[in-house]
Amino acid sequence: MNKALNRRDFIKIMNATTTGVAIVASGITLTTFASVSETPVTNKKRWGLLIDTNKLTETDIDGMVNACQQEQGWGTEIRSTSSQKPGWIKKLKIKDKATNKVSNLALMCQHCEEPPCVDVCPTNASMKREDGIVLVDKHLCIGCRYCMMACPYDARSFVHETLNNQKEHMPRGKGTVEACTMCVHKVDKGETPACVESVNSEAVIFGNLYDESSQINQTLKIVQSSQIRADLNLNTGVRYSGI
Amino acid sequence: MSNIRFEQIEGKSLGFYILITGLGILILAALGSVYYVEHHGHFVTGMNNRIVWGMPHVFALFLIVAASGALNVASISSVFNKKLYKPLSRLSGLVALSLLAGGLMVLVLDLGRIDRLIVAMTEYNFKSIFAWNIILYNGFFVVVAIYLWMMFERRMNKFSHKVGLVAFSWRLILTTGTGSIFGFLVARQAYDAVIMAPMFIIMSFSFGLASFILILMASYKWTNRPLGNIIVNRLRNLLGVFVAAVMYFVAVYHLGNLYLAENTGIENFILFDGGIYTKLFWYGQIILGGIVPMVLIYHPITKGDRSMLGLSSVLIIIGGFIQLYVIIIGGQAYPMELFPGKEVLEGYGDIAQYLVSLPEVFLGIGGIALAIIIVTFLVKFLAFLPESLEDDLADLYYKR
Ligand code: SF4
Ligand code: SF4
Repeated sequence: MNKALNRRDFIKIMNATTTGVAIVASGITLTTFASVSETPVTNKKRWGLLIDTNKLTETDIDGMVNACQQEQGWGTEIRSTSSQKPGWIKKLKIKDKATNKVSNLALMCQHCEEPPCVDVCPTNASMKREDGIVLVDKHLCIGCRYCMMACPYDARSFVHETLNNQKEHMPRGKGTVEACTMCVHKVDKGETPACVESVNSEAVIFGNLYDESSQINQTLKIVQSSQIRADLNLNTGVRYSGI
Repeated sequence: MSNIRFEQIEGKSLGFYILITGLGILILAALGSVYYVEHHGHFVTGMNNRIVWGMPHVFALFLIVAASGALNVASISSVFNKKLYKPLSRLSGLVALSLLAGGLMVLVLDLGRIDRLIVAMTEYNFKSIFAWNIILYNGFFVVVAIYLWMMFERRMNKFSHKVGLVAFSWRLILTTGTGSIFGFLVARQAYDAVIMAPMFIIMSFSFGLASFILILMASYKWTNRPLGNIIVNRLRNLLGVFVAAVMYFVAVYHLGNLYLAENTGIENFILFDGGIYTKLFWYGQIILGGIVPMVLIYHPITKGDRSMLGLSSVLIIIGGFIQLYVIIIGGQAYPMELFPGKEVLEGYGDIAQYLVSLPEVFLGIGGIALAIIIVTFLVKFLAFLPESLEDDLADLYYKR
């Protein structure tokens, strides 16, 4: 038997590898910037939510979770365990250690202005629209889950199983990551997110944070509100009052 | 100056074929697992929405970290001009490439959408440290391959010092990049520490050298080639220093964290009341993977014994896996601090559960098998190993 590979062959192989990597690297220049929505999305707007935990009842929160599920179609997974099932909104109960005051709140993607999930996403699948809504492009997501590691709010879910009957506006798919989209499909038509619609009181206000005349802008000017983990300086689009 | 004679191994013995077959089976089992998970979805694994990086990441990161460390021996020889290590440089480069290949295989096959690999290669977000790592890993292959070429081709030998320097810098950057994957996660108490990157570098020295020593000793034993004590003792001492350094960094990391009030939660969790993670930390990482190997390496009774060195290397590798398990899984299991000053009663805030599944383990082991099979094949087809590493030969080099 000959010693199959001699030195020259080795060099050849190595050259081929180098070329291969060079091709891969040159792919970098082919990077395209995906635009997901055709609607004129501008940075003159910044969509946001204001959640008043004093007004929000537990029933309201359950209603919000349900409305989101209905609208977006998550939560019907049958094979995933409870910790594997997607959850776009969580119902949280928190207690102030000093005053013992208990508040209930709904926690979803905070649509950060400086979103860590977007920063870390290797393929640009996680992206922020000009109007501040943070989305995952389901066609670019490779399912590496780095965004889930990076999100300080545990807002993202991984789809653990094959899905059927997805909603047309929400092409969810096995092996990709998803999170609250602020019902972008409705917002672009001038409507309100499903969770906001489901609440009968003024406990959740949706609107353009930049628009001086919007209810959310005006309310934020007069009430005490906070951002969750404000210390991280992410300037979230979702604000809370009463906590 | 007498030349070292490099020669391929025969690779015709029964043992050789048994080894290849065994490794082949492990790789097939890994591919089978991947197919199984792909077909069903990740719900068949132990991962969930809180523990998103599971056992495969532990294996992948171990292999990637060890890969960069395995190049140390070559670096010491050509960058720092230590002649004693020169005969080992080729093998060092080879082990580095193989471990990296194994690690990347695991990493890639654990993606939610393996079929979109091309997206990962064409869509780059340059803000992402992950995207940078893809470039760093690919670059490592190229740099080390060129480095090996410089070593193999006599006409090119004169460049090996310079290329070695590039390879050395590259691997430092690469491990910094790997460590930074965690260092960049500001919201997670376990990871948000500047020390993460240097700690990963020193971990790479230790895990990489332990892997290298095992492969070196095995290949010389199984091919009946002489391997003298001078080289082995040198490697042993180096290994001891690296293990000590890892322990030092671990101590500084935890003490530093304890000092910051915001991190006392995660520190208590890992060090005192984290159940399985605390046990793994103390018994696995510290005692099994740190103290015992140190004793074996330095104690007068076990010091000269080669199988004890082998055992230390194995323990360091096991300890390394455990260390990465504690960092990766433990770091995710502990909840993030969402509301400082408040207690989360419901909805979030529990310790996340993770039960490792067989497909995940098979995939990880497949990565190790791939690394070993690459080494085994290449030492058969190319002259990576010096025919002899006898003491008088080593002596010759040592004195120069
Ligand atoms: S809350 Fe999480 S998922 Fe949403 S934008 Fe911020 S970092 Fe991204
Ligand atoms: S899982 Fe998808 S969206 Fe998240 S970081 Fe990876 S590619 Fe980006």
